[in-house]
Amino acid sequence: MQNFLLIASTLILLCSFGYTLFRLGSGRLRPGRTNLAALVAAFVLLSADLWLRGQVQRSCPINSLFDVVIFMAWSTTLIYLLVGSAYRLSLLGAFTTPLVLLLLLTAEFAPINRSPSIRALRDPWIEFHASLSLIAYGAFALAGLAGIMYLIQDRQLKKRKGGTLLYNLPPITDLGVANTRLIWLGLGLLTIAFAAGFVSGMQVNTIKFWTSATIWLAYALMIVLRQVHTLAPRRTATLSVAALAFILITLPAIQHLSAPK
Amino acid sequence: MTILCAGINHRDAALEIRERFAIGNHELQETLNNLRAIEGLSGAVVVSTCNRVELYASSIDPMPVMDAIRRFLKTRTSGLEAPFYTEDSLPSVKHLFRVASGLDSMVVGETEILGQLKQAYSAAAEHGATNTHLNKLFQHAFRVAKQVRTETSITRGATSVGSVAVDLAGKIFGDLGGRKVMILGAGDTSERVARSLVSRGVRTVIVANRTFDRAAALADQIGGLAVHFDHWHTAFDEVDILICSTAAPHPIVTREKLEPILRRHNERPLFIIDLAVPRDVDASVHELENVYLYDIDSIEEIARQSLNIRQGEIMRCEALIDTHVADFMNWMRNHPNPSR
Repeated sequence: MQNFLLIASTLILLCSFGYTLFRLGSGRLRPGRTNLAALVAAFVLLSADLWLRGQVQRSCPINSLFDVVIFMAWSTTLIYLLVGSAYRLSLLGAFTTPLVLLLLLTAEFAPINRSPSIRALRDPWIEFHASLSLIAYGAFALAGLAGIMYLIQDRQLKKRKGGTLLYNLPPITDLGVANTRLIWLGLGLLTIAFAAGFVSGMQVNTIKFWTSATIWLAYALMIVLRQVHTLAPRRTATLSVAALAFILITLPAIQHLSAPK
Repeated sequence: MTILCAGINHRDAALEIRERFAIGNHELQETLNNLRAIEGLSGAVVVSTCNRVELYASSIDPMPVMDAIRRFLKTRTSGLEAPFYTEDSLPSVKHLFRVASGLDSMVVGETEILGQLKQAYSAAAEHGATNTHLNKLFQHAFRVAKQVRTETSITRGATSVGSVAVDLAGKIFGDLGGRKVMILGAGDTSERVARSLVSRGVRTVIVANRTFDRAAALADQIGGLAVHFDHWHTAFDEVDILICSTAAPHPIVTREKLEPILRRHNERPLFIIDLAVPRDVDASVHELENVYLYDIDSIEEIARQSLNIRQGEIMRCEALIDTHVADFMNWMRNHPNPSR
C-alpha cells in the first residue's frame, strides 16, 4: 500500500512535469492549475504514506534517510500549498514539482538506508526538533526555488528579449520579496526546532552540530544583511540557491550522523 | 436562411476611402432603418470602426438583398463601391469569427475589436434590427473570440513601444501603483509612454526638459511635476522609472552619475527607457545590479517578437475557428426558417 502511494504520487508529478516541459517546448507555458492539482494530489498521497509509516514505526516517520527524503518532499509540498497561494507567484508550482519529484525519485531509486531506527526518536522533543527542522528545510527549498525564478527573470530582463518565460514568470520585485520572506519563515521554524533540540538535551555529534549551525548562521546572515540593505536581492537569491544545494548535499550526512550507534 | 456580409476594411482601402464609408453613432439608427426597409432582409448589424465598416445581414433571398445593400452603400459614398461582398453564409460566418478573434485586425491579435463588435451588436439589438440567426451568430462569435484568446497565444505580448514599456514595468515592479516616473526630455513618444504608465496606476510623474515651459505644459497635462533640466538628478532619489528622449548629442545619464544615486535607492529596481537617438543613457548602466535599461531598438525588437509569436499562432486560431464555423453552419442547417 505504502509503495503504491509513493509510486502514484511520483507518477502524478512526473506527468505534470512532462506536461510543463511540453508546454515550455511549444512556447505555450502559462500559469495553470495542472501543477497545483498535481501537488495537491501528491500531498494527499504523501500524507497518507507518512501516516501509515508513522503507525508502523509508532513515531513521526523520519527514522531513516528514506523517511527523511520523503518527509522533505512532503514538507516542501506543504510549504508550497501554504505559501504559494498566499504569494500568488505564478509558475512557482512548475518549479516546485521537479524538486519534489527529484526527492521522491531519490527516495525510491537511490541506494539509501530504508530500515528505521525507531529507538532514536522516542523522545517527543527530539521528534519535534527533527520534524520541524525538515519543515524548515521545506521553506528553505521554496526560498531556493523563488531564488531560481528570480535569477531566471533577472536574466530575461537583462537579455532584453521577450519570450514565454519573461511574460509568465512573476514580477522580479515580487520574487525578491517572496525569496526573503521564505528565508524568514524557514529561519523562524529552524530556530524553534533548534530550541526544541536543546530542551531535549539530546547528544549531538560535533559534525552534525556544526553543519546544522552553519546552515542556520548562513540564513541568519542573509536575513540580517538583507535587512540592512547590504545584500542585494539578486545576491540573496543566488545565496538561497547555493544554501539549498548545501542542504540537499548534507542531508544524508546529517541523517547518518543522527542515527544511533 | 443566409448570412450576408458586405463592407470595407484596412486590407482593401486606405483611410481616406474608409472614412467615406464610416457610419457614425448619430447615423446608426437611420442606417439600420434603411437596411431593414430592404425587402427580404430579416436582420442587420453595422460594424463601423477606424479600420472597417461592415454590414452583416440575414436573408432568405440573398441575391436581391445584396444588390439592394450594394445600392445603399453606393448612395452613401457618392458612387464608391465597397470592395467585398459575400452572399454565402460560410465565408460571412468565417469572416465574422476571424474579425472577432482579432485575426483580421491591422495588429493581429488586438482585442479592442471584440469590444467594438459587442457594441455594434448591442446597438443593433437595441434598435430591434437583429433576429434569431444574427443573435446566435454574434453570440457564437464572442465565444469563439474568447476561446481563441484563452487557448492560443494570439494576444501574447505587447506590440507598441508604449505597451512594451508598460509590460516590462509590470514584470519589474508588479503593481505600478505608487511608482514614480521621471521624463527627461518631453518628446511625443516619451509622453505616450508616460501616459500608458499613468493609465496603469503610476501616480507621480516628474518632467524635466531643457525648455522649462514645455516641461511645465506636459506636467500640467498628465498631472505631474516640472523640474528644471539641470536639477533632474536632485529629484531622482525616489524615481522607479526613467524615460529619456532628449536631443542631447551625448549620454546624459552615465554610470558615474547613477551609482551614487543607486546607493540611496535601497535596492529598489530602476527601469530606464531610453527612446532618444543618439542614446541619452550610457549602455554600461545596464550592467549595474537592479538596473534594467531598454533602448528604442530593444523595445521595438520585443514588439516584433510579439508580432511573430502572434503570426505563428494564426494556424491554430484558424483551426479553432473552422471547427466553430462548422458547428454554426450545422445549426443553420437545422434552423432554416427566419424568426425575430
